[in-house]
Amino acid sequence: MSGMVLGLFENYWQVSILRSVGVLAAVLLPAGTFVYVFLFKMVSFMQSRLGPMEAGPFGSMQLLAEVGKFIQKEDIVPEQADRKLFKAAPYLVVGTVLLVYLAVPFGPDMWFANLEGGVFYILAVSSISSLGVLLAGWSSANKYALIGGLRAAGQLIAYELPMVLAVVGVVIQAGTMNLSGIVAAQANGEIFGFSGIGNPYFITQFVALGIFLIAVQAELGQTPFDMPIAESELVTGYITEYSGLRFLLFFIGEFASAGAFAAVAATLFMGGWAVPTAWADLDSNWFNLIGPLLMLTKMMLIGGLIFFVRFTFPRFREDQLQKLAWTVLIPIALVNILATTILKVAF
Amino acid sequence: MTAVTDRQKLAYANAQAADGRVNLEFETDEGMTLNMGPQHPATHGTLRIIVKLDGEQVISCEPVMGYMHRGYEKLTEVRTYPQVTTLINRIDWLGSFANEVPFILAAEKLMEIEAPPRAQWIRTILFEMSRIANISLFVGDMALHIGAMTAAFYAFRDREFVLNQIEGATGGRFHPNFDRIGGLKDDLPKGWLADTKAAMARIRDFCDEMETLVEGNEIFQARTRGIGVIPADIALQYGMSGANLRASGVDWDLRRDEPVGLAWNEVDWKVITHPDGDSFARFWVRLQEIREATSIIDQLCDGLPAGPIMAKVPRIIKVPEGEAWVATENPLGEMGYYVVSKGDLGPFRVKIRTASFNNVAVVPWVCRGVYVPDVVTILASLYFILGDIDR
Repeated sequence: MSGMVLGLFENYWQVSILRSVGVLAAVLLPAGTFVYVFLFKMVSFMQSRLGPMEAGPFGSMQLLAEVGKFIQKEDIVPEQADRKLFKAAPYLVVGTVLLVYLAVPFGPDMWFANLEGGVFYILAVSSISSLGVLLAGWSSANKYALIGGLRAAGQLIAYELPMVLAVVGVVIQAGTMNLSGIVAAQANGEIFGFSGIGNPYFITQFVALGIFLIAVQAELGQTPFDMPIAESELVTGYITEYSGLRFLLFFIGEFASAGAFAAVAATLFMGGWAVPTAWADLDSNWFNLIGPLLMLTKMMLIGGLIFFVRFTFPRFREDQLQKLAWTVLIPIALVNILATTILKVAF
Repeated sequence: MTAVTDRQKLAYANAQAADGRVNLEFETDEGMTLNMGPQHPATHGTLRIIVKLDGEQVISCEPVMGYMHRGYEKLTEVRTYPQVTTLINRIDWLGSFANEVPFILAAEKLMEIEAPPRAQWIRTILFEMSRIANISLFVGDMALHIGAMTAAFYAFRDREFVLNQIEGATGGRFHPNFDRIGGLKDDLPKGWLADTKAAMARIRDFCDEMETLVEGNEIFQARTRGIGVIPADIALQYGMSGANLRASGVDWDLRRDEPVGLAWNEVDWKVITHPDGDSFARFWVRLQEIREATSIIDQLCDGLPAGPIMAKVPRIIKVPEGEAWVATENPLGEMGYYVVSKGDLGPFRVKIRTASFNNVAVVPWVCRGVYVPDVVTILASLYFILGDIDR
């Protein structure tokens, strides 16, 4: 692919700056939208209340108010804490999200890094955030934080596997690990000879999508898998000792990584930035504009699902979560891979 | 003056030493000691639970009470009888009216007067309403502790219908202070009975909603079924009462077994029990009790007798010498007052028996070997109010 974006920027440094700004926007924009639309508004309507209404029209400036509040707060480091690790942990968590977004394409030229092993890369870097969580839990010198951090680590090991196995089905069907390639495969694909709607994998890989979404829910630590936080048991788990800006970073990290996984799910299962080739010419430069918007729409759909589940269900217990992963999700994912392989060879 | 200060210092030092002993005992053995509370989201109040953990498993735990002790038993000794109701309203603050009734009944027993039937019926209606106000919050609270935040908001929303009715009749949402020796402060306002029946219909809808949203949820069942099982004999040994005891399969309800003059025997209702004795059973029994309470209130509203609401009582209430014990089936369990009178304006001594104190005492027995998340579930399902433990 060329380095040209929107036909305006040709120099390497222009494109690089644009991509750097773009990846920041890609982290913060969905995170902010998710917080406002889902955390402030959707959950409020679900719980028969209005949510923030004072700051700006319908409370739309509430985000700024919250950020301002957190910046003003004192940044406290506990006396017994391991200061360096304690301070570094939130940056590690937020940095991971940046790394995940790096491989996700938002249009024919709107990508930050077009990696050949994109899927592999995303699955690898997404686990780093759990390292940050474990660091935060250990360095806080707090028993609640420690238990929360250990739970997060256990959850990571249990749910990384079903997630990988679910994605393998998609990779087999697309025949590539490159995310742009997977998008193209879905746009150009056909279902049993019918190419009118391409082949978005949420139709043929619905089992994988289900497992992937469950694993994402666990990976993000959202209810029903929010044991690392578990506010009624562990106060707030690994973020118990954090305050001010560092708490804000964890908060951004939580919602930005929800956005990142929604973006990955949209790319892998819903056709990413593209529409089926039967509908439009995907090489058109317009898709550099429409693509990100399409992507955001699909991310909102998946994000809505994630947060709808979060605010509806109660929480599992730690051992029940492990049991679900090892005895239910992994066998189903393996069967799905087998079925996909057989069908891929047969057709 | 100095003597008092010294004594205070000594008491403080003693308390610290006792705390230290408990801590030492827990720290020196193997395992990690986790101090849940006094400030902890799961104890909704200031209950402290020292939990000794092996990984996530509880080896032993010990509730420490007294962080909210307000000395009500002593305070009643320097109040006149009508003033006491203001105090004891605040024992179980979610079902306040139910706290007043047994004390007033005890005073009436000593004075040998009886409130007129209409007053007794209205007392019963308000008593059952405070039961709904109390238990509907439990339903939301239990769901919240298991992680379902939305159900808690629904509970608060629908609890409002009952609180509005209590406010309409008594003028106070939380602390009515409406019961008087010999009757009630006022008669019911106009149109209140019709509003009440509408509110009860809303509460029944709330029960339906909670049955599908919380009770029917697979995760909720996985978290509560078979967790925190208290057999009937253990429950009786620890002196548990109320829904906790009925959830262990003991058919015991003071409303039916020890009628104290209120109108429960005039209407048709049944005592709900569950054989399992686990957290789920305790949730289920309480939810069904809300339903029973709505039907009791409906029937009482239909058959409310006419007449005065106040018996003939002297202008200045002096209770003759004697002792009386009256206990009723409060939302949290058996609540009783042992009133000793020396013929003065105020009681000589009052012993308050509250349900939560005994209900929480079983925690060390039931929490052995469970996981940390289950401690929270068990505490939530035992359902205590801190004011009811510490008084």
